Amino acid sequence: MKRVAVVGVGQTNFRTRRDDKTHPELTREAVSRGLEHAGITMDDVDAFVFGTMDPFDGINCPDRWSSTAAGLGKPFMKISTGGTTGLTTGIAAYQHVASGLFEVVVAVCTQRVGENVDAQPVLNTAVDPIYERHSGVGAISVAAIQATVHMQKYGTTEEQMAWVSVKDHENALKNPYAHIQKKIGVEDVLSSPVVSSPLKLYECCPRSDGSVAIVFASEEKAEQMRDNPAWVIAESSISDSYFVGDRPDLAVWDSLSIAGRRLYRLAGIDDPKKDIDVAELYSPFTIQEILELEALGFADKGEGARLAEEGVTFIDGDMPTNPSGGVLCTNPIGATGLVRLGEASLQVMGEASNQVDGAEVALAHAWGGTLQFHALMLVSSHKKLRR
Amino acid sequence: MVLRIEARWEIPYVHSAGEHATKFFEALKEKRILGVKCPKCERVLVPPRAFCERCYVDTDEWVEVKDEGVIETVTINYARFTGLPEPPYAVGIVKLDGADTGMLAYLGGVDLSDWKKAHEKLNVGTRVKAVWKGKPEGRITDILYFRPVEE
Repeated sequence: MKRVAVVGVGQTNFRTRRDDKTHPELTREAVSRGLEHAGITMDDVDAFVFGTMDPFDGINCPDRWSSTAAGLGKPFMKISTGGTTGLTTGIAAYQHVASGLFEVVVAVCTQRVGENVDAQPVLNTAVDPIYERHSGVGAISVAAIQATVHMQKYGTTEEQMAWVSVKDHENALKNPYAHIQKKIGVEDVLSSPVVSSPLKLYECCPRSDGSVAIVFASEEKAEQMRDNPAWVIAESSISDSYFVGDRPDLAVWDSLSIAGRRLYRLAGIDDPKKDIDVAELYSPFTIQEILELEALGFADKGEGARLAEEGVTFIDGDMPTNPSGGVLCTNPIGATGLVRLGEASLQVMGEASNQVDGAEVALAHAWGGTLQFHALMLVSSHKKLRR
Repeated sequence: MVLRIEARWEIPYVHSAGEHATKFFEALKEKRILGVKCPKCERVLVPPRAFCERCYVDTDEWVEVKDEGVIETVTINYARFTGLPEPPYAVGIVKLDGADTGMLAYLGGVDLSDWKKAHEKLNVGTRVKAVWKGKPEGRITDILYFRPVEE
């Protein structure tokens, strides 16, 4: 495998609706910014990998439309793994370069969740029509059933989950691209309407329109392009069973733990708490950040809920988590995972809008399908982790 | 102000349940719930499927499970979304007696207006029994919901 770095990150502003632009125009906005950040032009790009989750945009295969803004005439591939799409797209683009087949590859994900009036019925079409679709199950209800079990098993409280939301909203105020820009307190979260018990409105992500592009480059090219590339240390992904009821224990996210252990083994990480400086996790619902922190080894089982409450995951804490404001404040679903990698890369470049002091190693994560897929990427300001 | 164009998808489909699952739906007509037993890991899988995803072997041994079991988790939905059930409604996972996996299902038979009170009655570990449609049609919706049973 060749060494690869992230050399450019371009994001659009994320809003409920981006009425000012069409699908390919949004893609172009992100790609242009990504190329500009890398200091290159379209001519320097060898291939594109495009990600989106159909059919949020109301256009099946919007990659047809958006490909016109993603390197017309160049090799092109589309990736779709539900909410995991963004990071799977990042992994695919990384592998293009790591394989040695390409030198410079752009991953770009565009999604217009705001163009459909309700995201939940679209999510419900991702459920099989034989056994489960009638239940109306979508993303919120599966997160809610995780929360019910976690509260029951470990005594996690509504207040502890609310602190995750308070932290993310505080962080989003520093991120000009973030969708929701609003300071809130624990009481605001607790008094917001219950959507799917026990989760309340401020514990659930918005529907966002927007696009993100990331430029990957080979070692030689990366060093020519910038003096602070974000080196890709390792990636890992996993699939889990289709039926949610097959999981023996919804209070733990076993498949993510396995994907995490694979990643840490590849990266040579013994203690993620010590070796990783900042994490951008796919947590559209408060409970999921808690489950993810536990599954990824940042907290013991059942202890994840204490981290936000005790300030550990805030920007000035020991394990800053989602300093961008995270998915809770911005969720262009099929693009969201790539935003995680973009923000993680900017952290180790030292260029994040809500910068963690001295961040050298950053983790990006995404999940998708009904708790079914995970993807992880680890980036660092160093070519190899110091051990 | 930009032009906004309204659109709507209404595309009919006719899905196949497959030969394997059709047996499960035939049994529902008699208010019986079938699972399959994996010959390798010996888990009884409900809903049944033609192969065990973990062992990657065919699952041809059909076993009947009870129409009662235990709640593994629950949520009560209060938000109204286009095309989804009318709130409030409770959805959870029920592990039926004789099965090794849980089944996604509606839960009911209790007042859902206050979620905390409803969670107490539909708590994790609560025993529940299926409430069937009067005349089952061989659809998953023949099981209307699971309601708590007195111990």
